[in-house]
Amino acid sequence: MIYLQLFYVYLKIGFFGFGGGYAMLSLIQNEVVVRNAWITNQQFADIVAISQMTPGPIALNSATYIGYTVTGNVWGSAIATLAVSLPSLTLMLLLTRFYMKLHDNKYVAGAMFGMQPAVIGLIAAAALLLLTPETFIDYKSWIIFGACFIASLRKVNPILLIVLSGVAGFFLYY
Amino acid sequence: MFFVLLLSFSKIGVFTFGGGYAMIPLIERELIDRRHWIEKERFLELLTLAQSAPGPIALNTAVFVGYHMDRYKGAVAAVLGVILPSFVILLLIAIFFTGIKDNPVVEAVFKGMRPAVVSLIAAPVFHLAHGMGMYRIGLAVLVAAAVWRLGVSPIVMIILGALGGIAWTIYKSHKTSGK
Repeated sequence: MIYLQLFYVYLKIGFFGFGGGYAMLSLIQNEVVVRNAWITNQQFADIVAISQMTPGPIALNSATYIGYTVTGNVWGSAIATLAVSLPSLTLMLLLTRFYMKLHDNKYVAGAMFGMQPAVIGLIAAAALLLLTPETFIDYKSWIIFGACFIASLRKVNPILLIVLSGVAGFFLYY
Repeated sequence: MFFVLLLSFSKIGVFTFGGGYAMIPLIERELIDRRHWIEKERFLELLTLAQSAPGPIALNTAVFVGYHMDRYKGAVAAVLGVILPSFVILLLIAIFFTGIKDNPVVEAVFKGMRPAVVSLIAAPVFHLAHGMGMYRIGLAVLVAAAVWRLGVSPIVMIILGALGGIAWTIYKSHKTSGK
């Protein structure tokens, strides 16, 4: 039963995950934290942090990680990963064949145009949903947040920022 | 062919930190410059498609390059190539992290990383919103508020955005044909 649920949830995430990694975050969070309560908000933030430091798309990473956490075995990981990849595989195969027709279709272009603000709003929501007392425990959290925010606006490498903030965490909280 | 594609994409997968966009220069080097598997123009054209289709951009890119190389078998090989490295790494982390996450050192490190993660997600919003009209930025704010405060499903917002865009296109074409 839990396997079926995992499959369904990650199929949905794969199918409606428009706009790339960050835009998919609020979708993943909505499904695994809010609706199914498989993990806590704090665990979700940890997965995002781990995902930044490891290779691969966040959607795949979260599928593997959460699949294992929820079921306690490899099959959960495999099923969630398969489910999140299936829409990409099937839809992209269809799309590459009909690309030229779709490309010039004004309704397709219109839908893409309309989804753009939604995608940006979803990324903002993903950040706002993580603004909780569990992730921001004191004023030092806000200092780390502010410093990293300015640095990433200036295009500093995100992996470097995660590693540095981990080091900062060690010295501030240990 | 199957294994060459699988291997090539695992190599790209291993070095793709931070998702789809980080993968593009790697693909260019490995598939276009080194192996000459796909022409640059065709690649860039299909990249737009990979970005507008749902799903991780890295996976979508793998599907079309794989398909271009060896049809369905190629697509499956490339997708497996992208999936395998992150699958193995995250599985190992999932297995070991549960054992060490209550360790005080690990806990302190993650306390530092959590706010950094939030800032990494928040920063691109400002880049993306730059150059968009006030009206569309307003819509983005409404979407963010609906998902954040009211708990509306992001799926609903994606569908509304697509429908709104189509409705706008119909409205515009009616207006121009009425003149």
